Order: sequence, then structure tokens, then C-alpha cells
Amino acid sequence: MSEARTESWKEPLLPKAKSDDRSRMRAVANNLILHLHPTKVPAPALRWSYTWGLGGISALLATMLAVTGVLLMFRYDASVERAYTSIQYLETQVFFGSLVRAIHHWSANLLIITVFLHLLRVFFTGGFKKGRAANWIVGVTLLLLVVAFNFTGYLLPWDQLAFWAITVGTSLLGYVPLVGTAVSNFLLAGPEVGQGALRNFYAIHVAVLPAVLVLLMSYHFWKVRKDGGISQPGAMPAEEGHKKLRIVRLTTIPHLVQRELAAALVVIAALALWAMLVPAPLEELANPAHPPNPAKAAWYFMGLQELLLHMHPLAAMIFPGFVLLAITLIPYWDRGEADIGIYFRSREGAFMALAGAFFALALVPLLVLADEYWIDLPALLPTWPTILSNGLVPLLLSLAGLAIIYFIMRVGARTNHAESLVGLFTFVVISFIVLTIIGEFFRGANMALINPF
Amino acid sequence: MKHHQKKPRPTAKNDDRSQLSRRNFLRMGIGALSALALLEVGGASLLFMKPRSLEGEFGGLVKAGPVDSFPSGSVVEFPDGRFFLVRSLEGGFLAVYRRCTHLGCSVNWEPDQNRFFCPCHASSFDLHGDVENPPAPRALDTFPVQITDGQVIVDTGRAQSRDTFTQEQLVYA
Repeated sequence: MSEARTESWKEPLLPKAKSDDRSRMRAVANNLILHLHPTKVPAPALRWSYTWGLGGISALLATMLAVTGVLLMFRYDASVERAYTSIQYLETQVFFGSLVRAIHHWSANLLIITVFLHLLRVFFTGGFKKGRAANWIVGVTLLLLVVAFNFTGYLLPWDQLAFWAITVGTSLLGYVPLVGTAVSNFLLAGPEVGQGALRNFYAIHVAVLPAVLVLLMSYHFWKVRKDGGISQPGAMPAEEGHKKLRIVRLTTIPHLVQRELAAALVVIAALALWAMLVPAPLEELANPAHPPNPAKAAWYFMGLQELLLHMHPLAAMIFPGFVLLAITLIPYWDRGEADIGIYFRSREGAFMALAGAFFALALVPLLVLADEYWIDLPALLPTWPTILSNGLVPLLLSLAGLAIIYFIMRVGARTNHAESLVGLFTFVVISFIVLTIIGEFFRGANMALINPF
Repeated sequence: MKHHQKKPRPTAKNDDRSQLSRRNFLRMGIGALSALALLEVGGASLLFMKPRSLEGEFGGLVKAGPVDSFPSGSVVEFPDGRFFLVRSLEGGFLAVYRRCTHLGCSVNWEPDQNRFFCPCHASSFDLHGDVENPPAPRALDTFPVQITDGQVIVDTGRAQSRDTFTQEQLVYA
């Protein structure tokens, strides 16, 4: 790089706007951060309505969480006696303390949404196809990692929500046969949530998970490039020759970088504004003797908690675990490659997605109502142990229900395998969202159904 | 990894069948030692992080008080001991751990309803901690009760799990 000698010190940090494509491409190749991108990208991959910028927004949020998280570490005490007061101090005495905590809190919540939507986008466009299976699995792992971040993070303020959400969450582990109780005791450093648990969760939240996240995120980004960029319809390697359908390729600077910058600025501005208006919540100091009524987990666990009201805990863990496994293994389940890069695979696929969504919207509330007021499986099968009557039976019924939905779409609506899977996947996703909404808004004291309006 | 599976190349000295060559011996040795080292480091880390209860933490003998101070059919909460001392109508004692067997929330005693109630998922239990209303899968755990010199003593060091209540669980003075 003979030019480098003539560049000022600012050059690597603030590259001058280049006017010709060659130097623009070189600017990308020579820059560490921009090196994430190829020097040129296919024009259709830049379409906003294809990616919605969700991966990039998630990465931005992760960065904001790291920055605000480090700031919070300077002000936080991970001890049962002082954790809550250190947060109160932060909220009332520290300059910008409330704002930094609010940005951290809302970024974390928003990140759950953006990584979830990112997963939906990649699924619906078949972004796991054509050698992208490994990166899909890494992506699902990253989603779980984000959930683990949130779970460990919200014990830290040591308020009522924190204490009881972690108590309920770790008690779930106790139902895992053989190792469950040992793992729970290890995580909590004892049988109940206390000082040991707070210390462990803090270490996991600020050291273990960030290290894993950085490694996996780096791999995730690198693999996107390695797999030939983001999924595109008919985006064959050049040597296979698609001469008729020539895709226009644009330089990364300015076409991609400007869009990313614009999206980042909008997200930062919106988040800062929101954080200024809505401070992060802080409930009363944790009281191990008295759970609040109703004791609810954070909103992103309400779907799971709602499931718990209807099934034996082991079934309520196996069922989502099974669904998650199926979602992780989707690349090996839907192997067709012709429909890559096309939203919902085809028109029929889009119709199946719509049908699945409507079906979930109708069926799930009905099932919740029926189970609440009419069906009582343990009473119907009084001689059976509850693990069968309230566990295995609803579990098998649920799984059979999913199989029937696939079957109806496949045979009844005469769609192909990939389109039926889109319908089934949409049904599962919308069901989960409906359960989350019911748990969050329609459950009152004693977790009884209420009318929120 | 591939190299492990490769047969050692026959040499002038060593061509009778598949004898272990020096190179492969060293490779296997390094592999075995690395695995051992990994195991040791893993084991050491687990032991390092192993939970242990500290002095003065929950778990030990709790003196509840003289037998006569608990009338039949009464329920007294011991918040620090994390249990309810129940005296049944027949006069037997039972120390019921407050941790709900469903998902670990603390149950409350509701005297007007004569039941333990869990606000997390609405399980309820009768005076003896037996399940009245699921989702709780089994009766509330108990702590061993002993009565010495007219004093009720509860050992919160070990919770006893049980499926249902039986008369034998009651301890009489």
C-alpha cells in the first residue's frame, strides 16, 4: 500500500470519501471493521424489505449493551446486602445513572425482539439453505445466549421480580431427571437463591457469556461471508453461469455502509429517547418469604410460564425443547434449494403461513380457556399419576396436533414439504406469541385469567 | 485427527504387521496426556466452583419453643427457618418447608381458608401440606422434628420429600 505513506493519521479511522469504485473497494478491504463486508454486494441483498436490517441492528444493540454494561459494572455491588441499594443509588444519585441503566435495560429487551425477528426473517427467506446450516445453528445458539444474558442479568438488581423469576426458572431445572437438581444447586451455589447465586450470576453475566458471545458473533459474521453472502434468489456462484440473469453488484461504500449508518442512527436515537422517557423498572427489595401475587417472570418467559399452568413441568420443558430442536435442525429437514431467497418459499407458502397464523390465533386462546374452565385431565384419569395424566397426555396431544396441522397443509391444501413446514413453523411461532400475550396481560392475582381492559 | 487413523508407514526396521511406530506412540501419548490435563483442569474448576454452605447460613437446628405453646390445629411461621410448624388436630407436630414443590415459590398460610397457598401458580395444600390443588406434583417437603425436654426442635439441614401425607409423619410429645 504505497498510498498509506501519504495518508494522514486520520485516514484509517476516518477514511476520506472516495469517488471511484476501485478505491472504495480498497478502503473496505483495508479496514478492520469494514472487513466484515465484501468489497461489493449484490444490489438485491441491499433491499431493506429483504433483511429489515435485523442482524445489523442486533449487533449494534449488543455493542450498546457492552458499553453501558461496562459503565454499570463501575457502580454495582454483587452482594445481597448492597445490590439493591447500589441500583437505587445509581437511579437517584449518579449522573446519568438512570439513563445508562435504562439504555442497558431497554437494549436488552429490544435485542430479544430483534434476534427473534432475525430468526424469523432468515427462516422465511430460506437463509439456512445452500451450505448455511452451520451458521443457522450458530444463530439459534446466539439467540439462546441472548436469553441467557437476560436471565442472568435480571437477578442482579435483587428486587422482587429478580428473586422470584430466578427461583421459578431454576426450579424448572429440578424436573430434569438425574442431573437437574445438581445443575440447579451448582448454578445457585446452594438449594435456594441467595448470595452464592447472585455472585455466580454476576460472573456468568459479565464474564462468561460475553466471552462466548464475542467468539460466536465473530464466527457468525465471518461465516456469512464464507457462505457467499446473505441468501439470494438464484444467487449461484459465477462459474456456474447465470449469464441471462446478471445481478448488479454495488460497492459496499457507500451503498451498504450508508444504509447501516442510517439504521444505526435511527435505532440509537429512538432508544435514547425511549430510555429518557421510560426508566428501567425497579420493584421492591427481594423478600424471600413473600412472592408477589401474581409472581410473573419477565415477558419473554411468559409463554413458557403460561405453558406451565397447563402441563406438568417436565412436559412443559420437553415440548418447547422439542420444538427448539426441530427449529435448530430445520436445514436438515427442508433440504430443497430452489426456493432460497424467496419469502415464504412461494405464493402457496405465504398462504400457508397466513393460515398457520390464523389457526394459532383461533386455537390457542380456545385451548387455554378450555383447560382453564372445562378440561381437567388429572380428574378425568384419576388412577394415573399426574406425570402421565398432566404430563405425557397433553405432551403427546400437542405433538399430535402439530403433526395433524402439517398433514392438513400437506395433503388437504396440497402444498409441498417446504411450504407445509412454513405453515407449521408460523403456527408454532404465533402460538408462542399468543401464549406470551395471554401470560403477560391476561393473568392476574393467583394467575387466574382476567380481562385487562 | 486424520493422522491417527493412518497406519504407520512400514520402514526397514519396522515392517512386520502394524506395530506401533515411535511417532504414533508419541502422538498417542500427547493425546492421552492432553485429555488427562483437560480432565484435571475441568475437575479442578468444578471443585473450585462447588457450592458450599457458609457458617450461619440457612440449615441447622432451630428451637421452636415449648410444646405447650402450640395449640392443636395451629400453624406458626418461622421465617428465618423457612418452615411452618404445624400441630395437627390430634396433637402431632410437623415442620412444613415453605418451598412450593411446583417451582420453588414460598407458600403462604391462609388461616381463613385453612390452607397453604402458592401465589406463583395457584397450588394449594392442606394443613398437613398435602396437595389440594395442582399444579404442585407432591406434598410440601418437611424437616425432621424432635422433641427434647418439652422443647420442639426442627432440623432445617435436610428437607425430606414425600408424595403424600401419612399419619406416621406426625411427631408426638
